[in-house]
Amino acid sequence: MAIVPLERKPLTFAERTYIPQIVAGLKTTWKHLVRPKQTLEYPEQRPAIPAGYRGVPTLVKDPHGREKCVSCQLCEFVCPPKAIRITPGAIALDDPTGHVEKAPQEFEIDMLRCIYCGMCQEVCPEEAIFLQNQFSMTGYTREEMVNRKARLYELGGTLPDTHFKWDKKKAAEDHGNALH
Amino acid sequence: MVEFYLQLNPVVQAVLKGLAVILIIFPIGGVCSMAERKVSAWIQGRPGPNRAIVPWVAWIPLVGTFLQRLGLFHVMADGGKMLFKEDALPGHVNKFYFVLAPIVAMIPALTTVTAVPFGAYLDSAGAVVPLVLANVDIGLLAVFAVSSLGVYSLILAGWASNSKYPFLGGVRASAQLISYELSMTLSVIPVFLWVNAPGMEPTMGLGRVVEFQSQPGFWGGAWFLFIMPVSAFIFLTSLFAETNRQPFDMPESEADLVGGFHTEYGAFKWGLFFVAEYAHMLIGSGVFTLLFLGGWNPLPWIPLATFVGWLSSILPIAGNPIFVGVLSITIFLTKVLAMIFFFMWVRWTLPRFRYDQVMEIGWKKLLPLAIANLLAYAVGIALLQS
Repeated sequence: MAIVPLERKPLTFAERTYIPQIVAGLKTTWKHLVRPKQTLEYPEQRPAIPAGYRGVPTLVKDPHGREKCVSCQLCEFVCPPKAIRITPGAIALDDPTGHVEKAPQEFEIDMLRCIYCGMCQEVCPEEAIFLQNQFSMTGYTREEMVNRKARLYELGGTLPDTHFKWDKKKAAEDHGNALH
Repeated sequence: MVEFYLQLNPVVQAVLKGLAVILIIFPIGGVCSMAERKVSAWIQGRPGPNRAIVPWVAWIPLVGTFLQRLGLFHVMADGGKMLFKEDALPGHVNKFYFVLAPIVAMIPALTTVTAVPFGAYLDSAGAVVPLVLANVDIGLLAVFAVSSLGVYSLILAGWASNSKYPFLGGVRASAQLISYELSMTLSVIPVFLWVNAPGMEPTMGLGRVVEFQSQPGFWGGAWFLFIMPVSAFIFLTSLFAETNRQPFDMPESEADLVGGFHTEYGAFKWGLFFVAEYAHMLIGSGVFTLLFLGGWNPLPWIPLATFVGWLSSILPIAGNPIFVGVLSITIFLTKVLAMIFFFMWVRWTLPRFRYDQVMEIGWKKLLPLAIANLLAYAVGIALLQS
């Protein structure tokens, strides 16, 4: 590209006194002074969380209130910082959801280790673990920063489910292959 | 009450008056530091400090919330923090001068107020009597003489800190303040040439300047801002430099000198420097208001006496000397606080000058301008008044 010499005009007298520039600057700052504030007053006002936000990982229940996790431990194995620790447990056979067979006896996510990568959500075959909207995790001790099972369900709540995989399975079992 | 006050020993009276003025200046200084934070926040599109509240004030509906949003209690929180913080004394400093510096900063800052009138009342004859701690003839000269002592505190602080950035800050402070004092003094001489017309008793008192701006007629009632805009401009610019305000805050430019002369200071000693700076700003704005903005006259061409005359035709109590005194002080303080706001406004508008630019503006631009301005007005006034 050719070199284009720029003509630098010498400053005019008015420019050299700084005064027009100062007045223009004062006008600009005045505009900023009177316009509405740009900030969010945080604890009272919360930011709008965009869809797909990866916040604190949580466990969810299906609309019937069944805990979806079957403690397959895939998330525990995939978790890069090894933040998840699952103790698998069995569901009693006489339970209405007894055919699911397994549920976590204890589910711990150490939020001091979690890197919010979302791999647990990606790998979960049961759609039981989700990174939801909560973005602030604080605590005074290391223990407080470990989310246990009860806390994980409390944070996660219930998410809509369209599959009801285990209900279909049970129905299929009850009717044999006649249904298909 | 008034009789009891008047029968006191004049010395006791003077002490009481002095204390009253200091008791006004200190809180205003504190509120200024708050205003600084609020104005900064507003210009940057933030709400600013708005959390601190005393519980029993929070119980008052509306007013409590308003005061909280205004951040008024942050003044107390800041002050309390400054008072109770550990006052660390670095090991490498020259202790005597290190402690002396903030004290030296406070003394001229609070002394200058004695010669600055801050209001007026009408005596029984209808003449305007200025309210001032010491109505001395040297007036402005006393203000200039004492306020320039303030630079010693910066030099002392910079030197006694025994570390390089405060030292550079102190050096800059001394050079800058000396450079701008010249133009500042030269810029006000036309005002006093004009005020001290032949046949009048000569004075440097600021009361006379205001009196001169409250005369009847087009030229008499005009504030000196309109008659001598160049003087006003030079004085204002030098005032920014003298009070170390942006764009002239070379001595403490935090970008290149950490904190400048007060790098090594903390807690209450640092707070004293801050209060002294605000007191300087207050006095400087006061002097500017008296010289160029008509002092306690509410509007140009409407002197205080006329204004009070209008008021007393509506409200009989308006003629009372105490009412007039309070009114004039309110008008004066409003103007001064508007000036302080202007200081803060400019702070967030202009970037800091480079040190060589500060020197160039001071010596090569303002000083010749001030001298030319003085000569022009001297010739003009001589021709007018002869």
